[in-house]
Amino acid sequence: MANEAAIINTAARASLWLQPHRIVLILIAFGLVASAAYFMRWDWLPQYWKMGLVGIWRALWILAVTCTLGFMIAVPVGLAQAAGSIWVAAPAKVFCTIIRGTPLLLQLWLLYYGLGSLFPQYPWIRESWMWPYLRQAWPYGVLALTLSFAGYEGEVMRGAFAGVPKGQLEAARAFGMSRWKIFRRIWLPQAFYRALPTLTGETVLQLKSTPLVATISVIDIFAVSSKVRQDTYLTYEPLLLLALIYMAITGILVFAFSRIEARIPVKIG
Amino acid sequence: MLGLLHSLEIAVGATILGLLIGTWGAYSKLYGGPVVRDLFAVYTTVVRAVPELVLILLLYYAGTDLINQVLAAMGYQRVDISGLVAGIAVLGFVQGAYSTEVIRGAILAIPQGQIEAARAFGMSPGLLLRRITLPAMLPFAIPGLANLWLIATKDTALLAVVGFFELTLATRQAAGVTKAYLVFFLAAGVLYLCVTLISNFLLGRAEKWARRGMPSIKEAR
Repeated sequence: MANEAAIINTAARASLWLQPHRIVLILIAFGLVASAAYFMRWDWLPQYWKMGLVGIWRALWILAVTCTLGFMIAVPVGLAQAAGSIWVAAPAKVFCTIIRGTPLLLQLWLLYYGLGSLFPQYPWIRESWMWPYLRQAWPYGVLALTLSFAGYEGEVMRGAFAGVPKGQLEAARAFGMSRWKIFRRIWLPQAFYRALPTLTGETVLQLKSTPLVATISVIDIFAVSSKVRQDTYLTYEPLLLLALIYMAITGILVFAFSRIEARIPVKIG
Repeated sequence: MLGLLHSLEIAVGATILGLLIGTWGAYSKLYGGPVVRDLFAVYTTVVRAVPELVLILLLYYAGTDLINQVLAAMGYQRVDISGLVAGIAVLGFVQGAYSTEVIRGAILAIPQGQIEAARAFGMSPGLLLRRITLPAMLPFAIPGLANLWLIATKDTALLAVVGFFELTLATRQAAGVTKAYLVFFLAAGVLYLCVTLISNFLLGRAEKWARRGMPSIKEAR
């Protein structure tokens, strides 16, 4: 019975997708893709695909690291703004305003060119164990992206923390939970559920800001495509492929997050 | 300073162009035929899924090239498209996709009765848009559009990558000449921050004005 309904449901959905005009549009899209594949030059692909895979991997790695670290910073920042005294809340607020008020490219260049040019002046930094890392570009990229994610996400978490109903916290306190336990078991999970839809959007935004690190000479997929363009003098092909890759990653991210969201009970608060 | 002016010019131009595309897109998505609706769905999805930097590169080169080819095919001379116009067009195209979604949501938030009443009065669609839909959706759209404006001011920095002379690139050149990287970048950051804070204040006022006569959110809760 349920099976039958499911079949009807999928059939209805398929017919919704395959309305006549949609078929025509899909055919046109296929035609465009096919003509692009046929008329444009793709002979550079075999030479560069390995580099491209490394680039994609690096972009994903930067995305994962900066999102995780950024979220870990965002939780205290959001908490400080939602519940802290003014001495904690004000710096957190200023941090969020500054990060959200200036372009990421500027922050990145400030860290890389600004801070990066300061460090070599101090001999004790040059001799310390950090120097091999500070000489490379990627720590600055990761730092800038992490801070930016923390700034945007901190604001989201502030709203999420403030949005958890007071009764929940009072009930937890009435159970005699310690403050840390309340935070860990009640406050954080509920705030996280609330923030999850926004978190999806923020993660996609973060993905879309990863190509900026290419401007400070980190070789991610964007830098690979620029290199292809310089080597082969092709303008469009690498860029189009790049756009396609980013769309695919975005699609996968959104799908993954929607799966996570579906697992969370809808009725909260 | 010239850089800041250029940045602001582009941001204003791109936002206005984006608003026009957005209104048109939202209307098409809501009331348009099936083909138009699907085309706009593809447009908003693609633009919002691809990084702005890639889009800017793609449109900047492809757009100027395409226009020149069309002009050449029609027998005109090649024109040099100024960075300002190209920047506005590219950012406006990107902004259009985002504002389409914002405005679509805002129009959906208008109580249906208001539009039906206007139709019952026999208003033409243009009059309906001007007198009812746009003013009524404004309070719902302003927070989203304010966000878009702030994003636009910050996206102008990306045009530095294609070599357009605006605040970020100007800063970098000045810093490169004087070797005082930290000072110049910090100063540019302060300038951007000022733009953001001032527009935050103004947009807050605008929202209050657009919401006049409506029940306050705090009371409704």
